[in-house]
Amino acid sequence: MTLKKVTDGTHCGKTFFIDKLELEHLIAHLTSSGYTVVGPKVEDNVIVYAEINNLADLPQGYREEQSGGQYRLSKSPNSNYFEFNLGPHSWKQYLFPPEAVLASAKRSGNRWEFDSSTEENGEFANKFAFLGVRACELAAIGVQDRVFAQGTYVDPIYCNRRSNSFLIAVNCTTAAATCFCTSMGTGPSCSRERENEFDLALTELDTGFLIEIGSEKGAAVAELLNSREPNEIELQAGKSLLARAVSQISKQLNTTNLRDILFNNLEHQRWDEVASRCLACTNCTQVCPTCFCSTVTDVTDLTGEQIERTRHWDSCFNLDFAYMVGGTVRNDRRSRFRQWLVHKLASWHDQFDMSGCVGCGRCITWCPVGIDLTEEVYAIRNTPPSKRSLPVQSSDQSKVCAVGKVRS
Amino acid sequence: MRPRESLRNRQVNDPWHILPVQIVRTIAETTDVVTFEFAFDDPTVAQEYHFSPGQFNMLYVPGYGEAAISIAGKTPRNGVLHTIRIVGDVTHAIARGGLGMHLGLRGPFGNPWPVESLCSRVKKPSIVVIAGGVGLAPLRDLILTLIDRRKDFASIHLLLGARTPSDILYRYEIDDWELAGLDVHTTVDRSNSRWRGNVGVVTLLLERLSLPECESTFVLTCGPEVMMRYATKTSMERGIPDSNIWLALERNMNCGIGICGHCQLGPQFLCKDGPVFPFANVRDWLRVQDL
Repeated sequence: MTLKKVTDGTHCGKTFFIDKLELEHLIAHLTSSGYTVVGPKVEDNVIVYAEINNLADLPQGYREEQSGGQYRLSKSPNSNYFEFNLGPHSWKQYLFPPEAVLASAKRSGNRWEFDSSTEENGEFANKFAFLGVRACELAAIGVQDRVFAQGTYVDPIYCNRRSNSFLIAVNCTTAAATCFCTSMGTGPSCSRERENEFDLALTELDTGFLIEIGSEKGAAVAELLNSREPNEIELQAGKSLLARAVSQISKQLNTTNLRDILFNNLEHQRWDEVASRCLACTNCTQVCPTCFCSTVTDVTDLTGEQIERTRHWDSCFNLDFAYMVGGTVRNDRRSRFRQWLVHKLASWHDQFDMSGCVGCGRCITWCPVGIDLTEEVYAIRNTPPSKRSLPVQSSDQSKVCAVGKVRS
Repeated sequence: MRPRESLRNRQVNDPWHILPVQIVRTIAETTDVVTFEFAFDDPTVAQEYHFSPGQFNMLYVPGYGEAAISIAGKTPRNGVLHTIRIVGDVTHAIARGGLGMHLGLRGPFGNPWPVESLCSRVKKPSIVVIAGGVGLAPLRDLILTLIDRRKDFASIHLLLGARTPSDILYRYEIDDWELAGLDVHTTVDRSNSRWRGNVGVVTLLLERLSLPECESTFVLTCGPEVMMRYATKTSMERGIPDSNIWLALERNMNCGIGICGHCQLGPQFLCKDGPVFPFANVRDWLRVQDL
């Protein structure tokens, strides 16, 4: 049976079954409707996100082993496409590109002509379909939506790319040792109840895919596929695979009262300890799907007549990140690591009313010395606060408190 | 509305849009501080450009980059004044360019001084403005606004600290401010042979100031962080409630709109939540070293 009625919205939330090879059609349909399809691909023994032209580009039969500072890709006895979890890439590199020209300046005589309209403003420019977005990554996109698209000011590049994007989610059927999405409430499966925004969501069975419709846009694409109602066995198989992923998650981050605990322990001795291991290499911030720090610099041609204001990803671990005339604010690794972790898990609540961590575990895997933020939080939570601690009033006190915005 | 729809419906007002401006006047304030008047190329933009005292602009010299500079005021011909300490790449480029230089500007950004809430009190408040060095620049337009609305206040005081007598900004107009009803007290760290005024830290002026009712006194301060630390301390010792104290802070600002991450202080983005803050919002964060 194929999907017929799509315009009345009744298909949202419905689940169908497609053969694995139908993915080829899905990619083809999206490509022919002007999308650049981006999905997982094996490159240099890791799974990265890159342009996908057909089914053969996907990493069939691969699984990952991840732990602190370690990532190993190996062949799996199964021939599934999505048995792995997450590589170093995240979708942020497409929505918030690592390098983007924001504006340009052109000299004419003694004057400058400025132009802030980039090629991004074209209606069909950078229309991406993301294939294989995990639940934690949907949450991460939701986090960056708040940062770039829902404040007083919005970033035009992000908004343009985001509003053109088509999201095909994939529910995790396995979990890496570094995953802790269950602690952050972001996964391992996508859920419309959690306000995950996806157009289609796939669950990979051995025989095919369960495909859930998440939006009208998704329904319109799914209509073009050869699909049928799933039978009871297939639905059960899907459920048990999702349950398997949950049961495989071993890492935990206790988020109870975490914001206040971190704010109250800004002088905890653990920061000194972690600083002795941290290399300030910035890996964690580059692989993090929510980290949004950037710097704009001028890139000029040799004559100095034509200049591009280029934004590139920056990191709070860089020494000059907080440089001022009076000197650098965060001179040592202790304060820079503290800034990263406290921002991610505490300040983010004040700034964006949510945690900045989605529990994907990338920062653990890609840290060359295997620093694990869940271990650091555990240590801070479970060792007595040092004497130098700063008393910050808890967020549930409604009086004027030390923290600017009090949230209930 | 789901997030993606609201994205599409949102009118995207491009924060990266650069306004072309030209330097039409320079005033040498001290050996390393210059006030520049910037005129907008487009007269419509000049007409429509509105800021509040305490806000800042990103001044852009192509090839050098941007610098966040507080707005010192507006001129009758709709020019914008910036008082700039010549200390970095961008500010040096502006100083070298001088009169006639053409450059870019984005803004205004940031939270202003709470002028409206000061003016609309049942009981007329006393205002104490405490400035250290070039920290007077973001206070200049505030002072002019307060003077304009002099009748709304019981008294307005300016406590001004500078390194030396020749480091005092706006010497050519401070007399006018006094005539308009501003009570000015000045002190320097190091005097010279012609100086007949106070010598010492600015908090000494605050200790001496006659303030009949501290509960209805408001302190607005900008200067080096160490100066503000003692200014706020002394204010509270004098019985001024901490909720009556406001200060302007400085950090590395790159975007001006709270999306680049550079200027954070605890939960605050200095550029969009500040640079002017109620003291209570930043007090505990300023106490933490290297935050």
